[in-house]
Amino acid sequence: MDNNLPSFHLKVDPADFQPATQEEKESLIVMRESVNFWHDGMRRLRKNNIAMVSLVVIVLVSIFAFLGPQIYPYSYEQQNRGSENLAPFEYSQDEIALQNSGEKVFPHLMGTDSLARDTMVRLMMGSRISLLVGIIASAIILLIGSFYGAISGYFGGTVDNVMMRLVDIIYSVPDILIIILLSVTLKYPLNALAESVIGFGWIKVIGVPLISIFIVFALLYWVGMARIVRSQILMLKEQEYVTAARALGASSARIIKKHLLTNCIGTLIVTTTLQIPAAIFTESFLSFIGLGVSAPMPSLGSMASQAIGGITTYPYRLLAPAIMISIIILSFNLLGDGLRDAFDPKLKN
Amino acid sequence: MGKYAIKRIFSAIVTLFLIATITFFLMKLVPGGPFLAEKAPSAAVTAALEAKYGLDKPLNEQFFTYMADAMKGDFGPSIKQRGRNVADIIAKGFPVSAKIGGISILISMLIGIPLGCIAALWRGKSVDNTIIVFATFGISVPSFVVATILMMIFSTQLGWLPTYGLSSGLHYIMPVAALSFYPIAYISRLMRSSMLDVLGQDYMRTAKAKGLSGFVTLFKHALRNAVLPVVTFLGPMLAYTLTGSFVVERIFTVPGIGNEFVSSIINRDYPMIMGTTIFLATLLITMNVIVDIAYKVIDPRIKLN
Repeated sequence: MDNNLPSFHLKVDPADFQPATQEEKESLIVMRESVNFWHDGMRRLRKNNIAMVSLVVIVLVSIFAFLGPQIYPYSYEQQNRGSENLAPFEYSQDEIALQNSGEKVFPHLMGTDSLARDTMVRLMMGSRISLLVGIIASAIILLIGSFYGAISGYFGGTVDNVMMRLVDIIYSVPDILIIILLSVTLKYPLNALAESVIGFGWIKVIGVPLISIFIVFALLYWVGMARIVRSQILMLKEQEYVTAARALGASSARIIKKHLLTNCIGTLIVTTTLQIPAAIFTESFLSFIGLGVSAPMPSLGSMASQAIGGITTYPYRLLAPAIMISIIILSFNLLGDGLRDAFDPKLKN
Repeated sequence: MGKYAIKRIFSAIVTLFLIATITFFLMKLVPGGPFLAEKAPSAAVTAALEAKYGLDKPLNEQFFTYMADAMKGDFGPSIKQRGRNVADIIAKGFPVSAKIGGISILISMLIGIPLGCIAALWRGKSVDNTIIVFATFGISVPSFVVATILMMIFSTQLGWLPTYGLSSGLHYIMPVAALSFYPIAYISRLMRSSMLDVLGQDYMRTAKAKGLSGFVTLFKHALRNAVLPVVTFLGPMLAYTLTGSFVVERIFTVPGIGNEFVSSIINRDYPMIMGTTIFLATLLITMNVIVDIAYKVIDPRIKLN
């Protein structure tokens, strides 16, 4: 045999057939990690300085409102006899006497009101009420509005017509007038309910005025949300995945919950966030004209309204709640704008 | 056109009827009726009063009487302001409020529209940013905050402007300013976005390509189209001005309908609350219908019916 004949043996190196190491595998991946909806939105939100600053402000205000009263030595309803109408950091004679005897007296950071209640802690509680009203009211609006809009948009036809006619009627109702009317009249039946029926005692705890505010929001304010959700659903329900889900036998309820509403989550987040300042706005307005939370519970609106009488002598008592309410509404508005830029697909690019 | 108008007017009447009905029955929820005073009057006195105001009749009869009277503009007597009719109080207070509200709507348009245009034309420049900041701030500050802070600065600190009443031109400045703050901010935002929208349209490029001057393209082509959304805002703005007037009139002690309404709420003057609610609702809904129909007339691109 001629050794010069070309060899037909494959010259293979067994090393080439070793399983690839992790590094080699990773070097072959050309795709970056897939960016899902949340990552994409959050990334854009983080780049938006104004929105991030407002988020920080909201967190700070929440700490001030929810933790502040816990560690502050005075309570919002406590009347410190003898220390009426103190200026910030002023002490009453009793307190000075106490200090002279060696005891420590916590200063009234923002003075006291005409009933000798500490203004600082009342400001904290007022902010707490505002935040709670904003968040709970928006949650109610989100719940009712999204399901109403989704059902109306999904079924279409006569259902849609009837449901949207109702929305149109509610939309043209002057909301503030009805809110005032309900807050005036609901007091009595709600009070009666709390006193007579067992299991409704919580109404007293939350307070009838707050409950009427929530009822009003639940009755009137969801229509905007319902309209927005409906128009989204009208677009989404034509998508293939909805047909696929239906072909696989998914019920309407499941399609709405699992496919349609989850797909307009961006719109839901943005609209809900922008509802919060609107609700806070309304609550402060109602408290200002004397229909908000009942005394002694403070609200920023009622604090401002009470301070008007002493506007010449104690301007800071008016300024404090006024500035607080403006900061809260402003930061929620700015955050909402930022969220819209980050999550609204229509504004992408 | 006619069909649309009729449909719109019909639905407005239905809404109004619903509001009046709801108002009436909500008021009846209040136990003891309007005579629930601090000093409870004796049973005989209450019965006599109820007979006088027709409150002893069955509810449905009371309802029809009230509705029939209300349609004639008669809302019955005020319970807290003895000897005065609700209709008289409204007739006296409304012109005052309408004057302040009208001036403030006019001023909001006169300031808001140019601000929005300027922001859009100088997009991204510092003028634009300043206007955006102002507008965002403006829609976030409740009217009572604006009103009280104005009062603090210009009356109590500087002493330039009077705090209460409406006896001279100077008295109008602060209430009007407080009422206009939010609409100015809102209109500038609205105007800015709609102007940006219009400036990007093809017909603007065509107009420029034809060699029209900047002035003509701006005023004849851009502004005319961009101002349309502001017309739709007129309805909500009216509602805002009305509710704003509750607070602003209260703060500046203006003898308008807003002030009377808030007093009637505080005094639990039920016929007054009911009458004012129905009156204001009628006003708002009528204005909304007018604005809607006017909008369709102004903008020929919108398909009727």
